[in-house]
Amino acid sequence: MAKLTIDDLKKIKEKVHKEMSLRDGDRRVKVTVHMGTCGIASGAKEVMDALLQEIEAAKVNDVVVTSSGCMGLCSREPLVTVEILNQEPIKYEYMNPNKMRQVFKRHILAGEIQTPFVLAKGAEITR
Amino acid sequence: MLELAAHILDITENSIRAGAKLIKIKIDENKEKDILCIEIKDNGTGMTKEEIKKAIDPFYTTKKVRRVGLGLPLLANAAKRADGNLILKSARGKGTKITATFQLSHLDRQPMGNITTTLLVLIAGNSDIDFIYKHRHNDRQFVFDTRQIRKKIDDLPINHPEILRYIRNSIDQGLQKIATQA
Repeated sequence: MAKLTIDDLKKIKEKVHKEMSLRDGDRRVKVTVHMGTCGIASGAKEVMDALLQEIEAAKVNDVVVTSSGCMGLCSREPLVTVEILNQEPIKYEYMNPNKMRQVFKRHILAGEIQTPFVLAKGAEITR
Repeated sequence: MLELAAHILDITENSIRAGAKLIKIKIDENKEKDILCIEIKDNGTGMTKEEIKKAIDPFYTTKKVRRVGLGLPLLANAAKRADGNLILKSARGKGTKITATFQLSHLDRQPMGNITTTLLVLIAGNSDIDFIYKHRHNDRQFVFDTRQIRKKIDDLPINHPEILRYIRNSIDQGLQKIATQA
């Protein structure tokens, strides 16, 4: 690959601006990767990286990825919450990069909840 | 925790929870002195003297969902095993600075691991926070600053897939150029 310079960003910006005007209704899906000490130690970083790479490859820009802290279920980490607009959040347990790719393709893009990996439905209560 | 990059991610998550808006991560690989130094400095809420004393106790945590806090103890232990140490400096209202040193050639020093994904995960997950990353390898240095990126992309969010792809590639290239070895 050619050497990247800071000016390449300008080209990317212009390209994205052009594409943005063609579509509306962004932020269809919010994915939260739980990034506490427990999550990181069990591979949350690799899970989130796999998700980011999938998003780049699929060229979708209505999926927002964020990270959050530990929610107290350390033994089931890495945990990932998928929240599709107007639907109840789904929490996936014991994630790894391969499961993450499957969830991205089947659930986030196609809308099929991947039940074998599901821990729970709904949001946790944070204290 | 098997890699230093994972420790860095974990400690930086502490900074984020402390409300930091600017986080500086500095890595210094010095072959001549045989030292590897990792420094994470934030402008978050900081800690009181009491809290500093308790911070490396694994049974102390500020969270209420569980009774242990292992991030700092794990890093302190990793440093100790590689003949190094962990220094914690903090003041309420000013921020916190964590410095971990290791003997670079020590058999038990954990490998650095993938630092690019650490930074990418931090930037993607916390698009409102600025990160400065400095990596020195003997006499060569690589600097990465999200504020410079922000200046160039105006209203575009920094966690846009295209921008993240640029960030991933430019960090990879930068680290390659200084030929990191840790």
